[in-house]
Amino acid sequence: MAYLDGAILTLVTFLPLAGALLLLVLPRRDREIRFFTLVVTLFAFVLSLHLPVHFHRPQSGFQFELDVPWIPTPNIHYHLGVDGVSMWLVVLTTFLTPLCVLISWKSIHERVKEFFILLLVLETALIGVFVALDLFLFYFFWEATLIPMALLIGMFGHGRRVYAAVKFFLFTMIGSVFMLVAILWLYAHTTPHSFDFVAIQNAVRAGQVPNFLGAAQWLFLGFFIAFAVKVPLFPVHTWLPDAHVEAPTAGSVLLAGVLLKMGTYGMFRFNLGLFPEQARANAGWIMILALIGIIYGALVAMVQPNMKKVIAYSSISHLGFVVLGLFSFTTAGLEGATFVMLAHGVSTGALFMLAGILYERRHTYEIEEFGGLATPLPVYSTFFLFIVLASVGLPLLNGFIGEFLVLSGTFEARPAYSILAATGVIWSACYLLWMYQRVFFGKVTHDVNNTLPDLDFRERTALLPAAAIALVMGVAPLLWLNAIAPAVQTALTPFAQVASKVVSR
Amino acid sequence: MNGLSAAPQAADYIRILPEIVLTLFGLAIMLVDPLIDEQRGPKLLGWLGLAGALSALAATVYQAWFPGLGFWNMVQVDAFSVFFHLVVIAVTAVTILTSFEYLEIQQIRAGEYYGLILFGAVGMCLMSSAVELVLIFIALEISSISTYILAGFRRRAAISGESSVKYFLLGSFATAFFLYGVALMFGATGSTSMVTIKESLAAGNTSLLVYAGMAFMFVGLGFKVAAAPFHVWTPDVYEGAPAPVTGFMSTAPKAATFAVLLRVLFEINAPGRVWLVWVAAALSMTLGNVGALVQSNIKRLLAYSSIAHAGYLLVAFAALPANGIPAAMFYAASYAAMNVGAFAVVSHFASAGERYVSLDDYAGLGWRSPLLAATLTIFLLSLIGIPMTGGFFAKFYVFSAALQANLTGLVVIGVINSAVGAYYYLRIIVMMYMKEPREETPVAPIPLGLGAALITSLAVTIYLGVLPGRVLEYASRSAADLLR
Repeated sequence: MAYLDGAILTLVTFLPLAGALLLLVLPRRDREIRFFTLVVTLFAFVLSLHLPVHFHRPQSGFQFELDVPWIPTPNIHYHLGVDGVSMWLVVLTTFLTPLCVLISWKSIHERVKEFFILLLVLETALIGVFVALDLFLFYFFWEATLIPMALLIGMFGHGRRVYAAVKFFLFTMIGSVFMLVAILWLYAHTTPHSFDFVAIQNAVRAGQVPNFLGAAQWLFLGFFIAFAVKVPLFPVHTWLPDAHVEAPTAGSVLLAGVLLKMGTYGMFRFNLGLFPEQARANAGWIMILALIGIIYGALVAMVQPNMKKVIAYSSISHLGFVVLGLFSFTTAGLEGATFVMLAHGVSTGALFMLAGILYERRHTYEIEEFGGLATPLPVYSTFFLFIVLASVGLPLLNGFIGEFLVLSGTFEARPAYSILAATGVIWSACYLLWMYQRVFFGKVTHDVNNTLPDLDFRERTALLPAAAIALVMGVAPLLWLNAIAPAVQTALTPFAQVASKVVSR
Repeated sequence: MNGLSAAPQAADYIRILPEIVLTLFGLAIMLVDPLIDEQRGPKLLGWLGLAGALSALAATVYQAWFPGLGFWNMVQVDAFSVFFHLVVIAVTAVTILTSFEYLEIQQIRAGEYYGLILFGAVGMCLMSSAVELVLIFIALEISSISTYILAGFRRRAAISGESSVKYFLLGSFATAFFLYGVALMFGATGSTSMVTIKESLAAGNTSLLVYAGMAFMFVGLGFKVAAAPFHVWTPDVYEGAPAPVTGFMSTAPKAATFAVLLRVLFEINAPGRVWLVWVAAALSMTLGNVGALVQSNIKRLLAYSSIAHAGYLLVAFAALPANGIPAAMFYAASYAAMNVGAFAVVSHFASAGERYVSLDDYAGLGWRSPLLAATLTIFLLSLIGIPMTGGFFAKFYVFSAALQANLTGLVVIGVINSAVGAYYYLRIIVMMYMKEPREETPVAPIPLGLGAALITSLAVTIYLGVLPGRVLEYASRSAADLLR
């Protein structure tokens, strides 16, 4: 299958878009549209499995590369490639999308065609973000995720959907213009002018970029602001709860599962990759913001009366771990951060699906409205418990590995931070288990809940893969980590040099 | 003064061939108008106007093979002038196509309407090829006077009359400024020919008169492109004028005036250019975008947006010539495509008496007229500057040109403004797709002419967004022509 290697990323990226274009001309027959989308997304998932199967694990650097000129002025290349980190994020995206299709099967019954077109376009844009190695292309996909996501929230969301959609769009848009300036600056100051990530990285490391030292701090911030909004890092996180609560289930799943990872991935790739010295210099306040995010997110999650808000704030808390790990500049920290990204994608994605399933039955997310659900919904509550345990970091499930690695990595770098962050693990157990207790245990408090139907075949099919993967990731993390490790090592090489420079001074 | 005695040669006429063609068709329309019956009249005149525009397009392409000076060094055909001819004439054609339906619904007597559009186009074309300040002034006047009248064409609506008078009074005032600047320039350098002025300035003539002349000319031209602080007229005039005319006014004369500005500022390498432009650009972007935020009428909103876009475009004027000129040209072309397209949708949706021009009227349009809404969405996304649209590369080239000239401050103001701008364009999209319609506003099916207009502007917008290379390369070549 080696002949696929050059084209595989293009295929995986654009297959959903091709599906969307086909949908555009298909007649409005809802059932067929759903099946068609499911087939397309499954096919994309199977295709994307080519990546981990044929990935040369010990090898560092980018693989499955494709680099062809696209626009001569400015010098834009269609340059794709993945390393161990971005490869898994691509697979995460293609893994979650079919589940999104399944979970939206019934809940979306109006404008079905538009919904699935937007979903497919969104998938293409998300994959594109992770595979693009040309800064322009990256920015393009980055911005391209905005429109379908905002439309999904705004057209198919709940009560205050328009407010949430506009807020989401503006936060991200304003954040990313700073990145655009930084990208343009880099382009203008490399000779020959280039958007190529590898070329710019080499030029920066070789000191061939004029005025780089003076501008580097600003460039670092330009990228960082865009990514921090997306993560979201405290204090620019306020769009996230709104977006999550109002979004349709599939939107929430992709938002938490993948969109937030665009931010942390960006930090890994660009902030660490291009500006190691500035990353080190700024690590202090960034880690503090991450810590605030972990603890503040958890505390706020605890008092939310709305299930989706609990999960939304838990995302802020979990993503804090990722940022903390990234800016610890230790092997364990970075590997852990990447692993948390994947684990959080699976388990939080599943949590949102579960919340959505309940919403379909009762049209509310208020925790008060439930109670004692374990009696009428045994299968549902089992799934829920399993995912909650995965999310709080029970050993042998996926949440544990990542957080443990992050904490041990952070402990190497800054022990005090690690200790504080460790409380976040406790908090997360508190708010999730407490929510679980209130929703599922005890007597049934509202009579309507007695008659709720348990999971049907379709819903089980949507949840089972997520649960299974959560278990496999917890039992055999090396399957993932052995591809992540070389990428992390590559990313950390300049930090060893920076550190030795500091010491020799 | 040898040249003056000789009679014009055939080559001279080729240098103004598109203008001749446009004038002839314009005259033909005026002549035919009284001779044909009321019923079939408007359509026929429209087709005649379209034929004129298309012939002028062909004439421009033909003219491109014969670059050089003509009419005693008063006009110059080069890649630069051809570029702007194409933009202006294409916009003219699209405007005529949009007007077919509009005139019928608004029950406006066609006659002079198409003629005036063509005459206006004559002036605008001439502006891009004239290299002599007095001729530029005359061309500016030809174009302005046509648009003054066109702005007042909805005679029955008081607002249209207000628009026309306001535009006329302030416009004449601004042209006077320009003329004053020309006079001062003549005083300083002893000539109104750009070539001579350029030589004089290159030889170190930096008298106060030159600066004053430059500033006055900038005021006059700044008014025409609606750059702050000379922008105050724009919202009122754009709101009152017939919608297709607004689309026309906000693109073609602007493009032509930017052509003049490019020649004046870059070709003769005007002193004091950077800071003059810096201030005007920063002000236009900020005032335009902030003003647009609070508008509830779509024509006023687009008027403020056009002020902002003039600001983005001016950023290119502060950059180095080699990057700035192509960036400005690219911007002018892509702005023309997306804005004239947006106004085509607006004028279709406005219905009789321009009843539906409030933002609230766009509620739910996405479901009542999916095609029209999708088209408008693409134009709006392009105005925001989302990748894959012409608007993105336009901003992109402008900002990267400015960064190469180390104008980081201006670029930061620019990108912050684009983010602000996203909000109000987004409001329209939100209205169309996320709000339920308040009352069932009628949406007529898309007629042929409008369809053609929309497809053309859509195609250009997307082409510039996907494959901007060729156009930019052409613009760079014209820039080289200009700087030689």
